[in-house]
Amino acid sequence: MKNQSLLLSALKADRGGQVLLGLLAIAAVAVPVLNLGVPEGSLLHLSTYTVTLFGKYLCYALLAIAVDLVWGYCGILSLGHTAFFALGGYAIGMYLMRQIGPRGVYGNPILPDFMVFLNWKELPWFWEGMNHFPLAALMVVLVPGLLALGFGWLAFRSRVTGVYLSIMTQALTFALLLAFFRNEMGFGGNNGLTDFKELLGFDLKTPGMRVALFVTTVIALAVGYIGCRYVIASRLGRVVQAVRDAEGRTRFIGYQVESYKLWIWVFSAMLAGIAGALYVPQVGIINPGEFAPINSIEVVIWVAVGGRGTLYGAVAGAVLVNYAKTWFTAAFPEIWLYALGALFVVATLFLPKGVVGLIPARGAKAS
Amino acid sequence: MSTSPATTGPVGLRTKPTGRRRSTNAPSPDLSHNIILYVEGVTKSFDGFKALNDLSIYIETGELRCIIGPNGAGKTTMMDVITGKTQPDTGSVWFGQTIDLLGMSEPEIAQAGIGRKFQKPTVFPEHTVFENLELAMACDKSVWKILFAKLSPQQRDRIDEVLGIIGLKDQRAARAGALSHGQKQWLEIGMLLMQDPLVLLVDEPVAGMTPQETERTAELLVGLAGKHSVVVVEHDMNFVRSIARKVTVLHEGHVLAEGSMDEVQNDPQVKRVYLGE
Repeated sequence: MKNQSLLLSALKADRGGQVLLGLLAIAAVAVPVLNLGVPEGSLLHLSTYTVTLFGKYLCYALLAIAVDLVWGYCGILSLGHTAFFALGGYAIGMYLMRQIGPRGVYGNPILPDFMVFLNWKELPWFWEGMNHFPLAALMVVLVPGLLALGFGWLAFRSRVTGVYLSIMTQALTFALLLAFFRNEMGFGGNNGLTDFKELLGFDLKTPGMRVALFVTTVIALAVGYIGCRYVIASRLGRVVQAVRDAEGRTRFIGYQVESYKLWIWVFSAMLAGIAGALYVPQVGIINPGEFAPINSIEVVIWVAVGGRGTLYGAVAGAVLVNYAKTWFTAAFPEIWLYALGALFVVATLFLPKGVVGLIPARGAKAS
Repeated sequence: MSTSPATTGPVGLRTKPTGRRRSTNAPSPDLSHNIILYVEGVTKSFDGFKALNDLSIYIETGELRCIIGPNGAGKTTMMDVITGKTQPDTGSVWFGQTIDLLGMSEPEIAQAGIGRKFQKPTVFPEHTVFENLELAMACDKSVWKILFAKLSPQQRDRIDEVLGIIGLKDQRAARAGALSHGQKQWLEIGMLLMQDPLVLLVDEPVAGMTPQETERTAELLVGLAGKHSVVVVEHDMNFVRSIARKVTVLHEGHVLAEGSMDEVQNDPQVKRVYLGE
């Protein structure tokens, strides 16, 4: 009860969060109605393509929250968070591959197509049991969590901070990129995992399933947001912000700074893994390209543009920048990267608090 | 291992340090010989420069000790060694009779009951004054405990009490970063008090303070001695004269003289070092 009241008072004081949760609630109701309830051809009909597109944005938003949690609140600039995102995606991708069963091109009931193609005779040990959804779901959080635990334990214990830590996170995701490109790793090499058919027995291509995935993502984002808000409102949240502002001081008042960093880092990696697991069934593919360092840097740009250290700003940034990306890469594909760079420069120079930083200012003028 | 209200003890400053501390699970030092801190034969060199050279200092329980000395005498290095920031080359540092501080980490030493105030005031600028004190408060500081920690009425009262001691009651909800220099220094002393330490190490508390602020700080520190052992490193001679019972003069990493302010000022060696006579 006491913890509930802490959460409630935190949410009461969080206007941006209220707006976000309100919008998510509306989306969770309106999107299924507009897609499934309104006949195609009607002006109000929302295409399944759009539903999936926004589902994808919301997965990015969850990833952005995870990055904001460690960067905005604990001062750890991660340039490798898509590593955790992609690992979560691969975990669910393995399950989806096993679900294909004998319907693959080669018709092997056990081995996924790429293994048959490589002339493998047996399923590698780490693919065992991945045909069971609960195990795959566990791996979605366990694998990114364990990687973050090992990496963080080594890095934080050696007191690696600042730009050095950022470079190490970048190296981490790059190393995984190279590893996953190799066929011998057993994750489909550069083609990755694709051709998914079903999730929990439901056909992934039907509009109903698309909407279900969208709504699941909305719920995951809302729960993830509330979870992060709770962490930040707790005394632990104040400790990690203290670490961000004066790490040495925090140590001298008796906190094991490394443990706090490690906790928030692992928590954030698990969130990123969940985001990746929701992303893969919607886009229908996971390949090593997801580990590309540039992707992790883009996430940081979303958070900076949206406004770091607010959580809802990360959501706003992820959705706005990705919407712009979709539009730009269709209309002017060649200038998207310049536009992204310009956006980052403009946000850094003129919007130190990001897009959401504009809102209170306007409210103050109006009142 | 949670802290039950029964062990939280009475609110307020103890009148006499007993060696037993409320609200933490840290081992208590054995103070049977009335010495709380032993620094014995400590040497530390940095690239051949001996910052500390066979330094021995003993701090009595509840005393207010001032440590003076020219720049580079090893004052800050000594504090670094006591608080676990620096490991000495040789020598030993004991907290009471039984706790060996060498080999303990900074948080462990802080939890054991040695608080430190840095030369430059370092408070948490984005937190409120109240939150700064809350964070410093002695309690189980493991991650899971802190995630679900909630202030008990006793703890709230204790924070209010410390706000009164440091004279920042009206600023409780202010951002610590917005405080004046002097107020930040006091807040930092308040944070030390919240840690409920047995020993307070205070590095240059009045640097950059106005005369009024200096006077207020002197009162504060004198008021804390007795209940805590207070070690003050300071350059400002007038300030030292106004608070000191016992003064230790450091020079080139070892103790040059020790005694009352008058004694050390009349010491021929001290005169030579300080005045070049």
